[in-house]
Amino acid sequence: MRLGFATLLSVTLALAACQREERDTRPQSSLGSGGQPTPVTALEPGGQRPSPRDNKAASFEANAFHLSEGKRLFGWFNCSGCHANGGGGMGPALMDQKWIYGSSMESIHATIRDGRPNGMPSFRNMIPDDQIWELAAFVRSLSGNAPSSAAPQRNDGMMPHPSENRMPDAATLGKSP
Amino acid sequence: MKRLASMAFAAASVLSLQGCAGWQSALDPKGPAASELAWLIWFFTGLCAVVWVLVMIALAAPVLMRPPRRTEPLVLDAGADHRKLRVVAIAVGLTAAILVGLTLLSFFANRTLAAIGSDAALTIRVTGHQWWWEVRYEDATPSRILTTANEIHIPAGEPVRLLLTSTDVIHSFWVPSLAGKLDLIPGHINVLDIKADKPGTYRGQCAEFCGAQHANMGTFIIAEPRAKFDAWWNDQLQPAAPPTGDEAKAGADLFLKRPCVMCHKIGGTPAGGTVAPDLTHVASRRTLAAGSLTMSRGNLAAWIADPQGIKPGSHMPVVELNGDELNAIVAYLEGLK
Repeated sequence: MRLGFATLLSVTLALAACQREERDTRPQSSLGSGGQPTPVTALEPGGQRPSPRDNKAASFEANAFHLSEGKRLFGWFNCSGCHANGGGGMGPALMDQKWIYGSSMESIHATIRDGRPNGMPSFRNMIPDDQIWELAAFVRSLSGNAPSSAAPQRNDGMMPHPSENRMPDAATLGKSP
Repeated sequence: MKRLASMAFAAASVLSLQGCAGWQSALDPKGPAASELAWLIWFFTGLCAVVWVLVMIALAAPVLMRPPRRTEPLVLDAGADHRKLRVVAIAVGLTAAILVGLTLLSFFANRTLAAIGSDAALTIRVTGHQWWWEVRYEDATPSRILTTANEIHIPAGEPVRLLLTSTDVIHSFWVPSLAGKLDLIPGHINVLDIKADKPGTYRGQCAEFCGAQHANMGTFIIAEPRAKFDAWWNDQLQPAAPPTGDEAKAGADLFLKRPCVMCHKIGGTPAGGTVAPDLTHVASRRTLAAGSLTMSRGNLAAWIADPQGIKPGSHMPVVELNGDELNAIVAYLEGLK
């Protein structure tokens, strides 16, 4: 009886872990609006509006496949040209705890899709929506905002920091131990 | 019943031997390296078959033969023991000689293979990607360096040096009709010299498991007479043909405004991506997506509309295009001869 329960538990746990690797390469157009207005400023009368939420965010966030695809695209699309592998240069650093436009998947997606003032170009129509979500998920992992079980585990080239799954957790980032 | 079985066996052997001919077969060699290897394969197989038959006979003989009747079981027969010992010694000696002989044969075959491209005039850099081949023709004049994908044109009858490397994982380059396989390793260059005796098209295949679409990572070596090869090289160096007709013109415009431009290059236009196959002369190639589809307007459209259905997991994403946009882009690409 106890053995049966243990087997059931381990099988359930093992199957639950499969979601981490789920490879969904065909975009699901029913999910995700993809056309939300981007607020240029967060200053509003009457306090904060609830930030826009997108169904796609959660499915991309903790998925190892999408995170590694995001890492590959980050190199392919020359994000490093300004953000220098996350360390920052002409563009802001992505591996610290500062977020100019918010740290949510939705905000990063909007930043890539629509651009931001002072230099961030708009990639609307140039990167398919799913690939933008992959990039957003990877950008979050640069500062320890992705589960270490799903974040990319290896670097193909020389990188200024350890692979993303060994980055300090977002909660401790920027604080001395 | 017995007759039916033997007929089926004969038919099966004829069919399976027929499978050995064609544009991708190590047993149908079309170059010096492949001939050397094919000879080696047949010799090893033949010799080992003979040895196997002899061993089986030697095993069966004592089982089937009736032992000589002995009147007194405890009497020693020194002469018979000596004879048996001699037979075993001879068999061990023969085995050692055969093993050393085969080792020497493969050693000399290797020497022949290594000597093939020592005077190669043409150097081609082949880079493996998940899941396609980047092909770069090296030349001392920078303006004559040519980059293309998946199809390797070579002059027939001349040795060609291939520099093999990879950008992501380990692949292996294998054109059985021309040469043995050699790995493409990231950060390392392997040298493979090939030569095709006669003009023809020879198919190659990635021979090291490299991910989801390993099976759909084919390549073609097209051996042509020298004059035809030079003409092909000069044609490929030209920038892309400007679009003709309204639909193709709209397609050229869309190509630059849609995700295509992020990864692909079309010479003579602002599209300059280097992480996906060069499309400057895409319509002059015989296949699409590394040998997955033959080149046609329908297949071009199918590949752009649903790459993840044709080659699931490939790095070509599904791009949202409406019917008119898809048609326009296909019309443009179709004209890139």
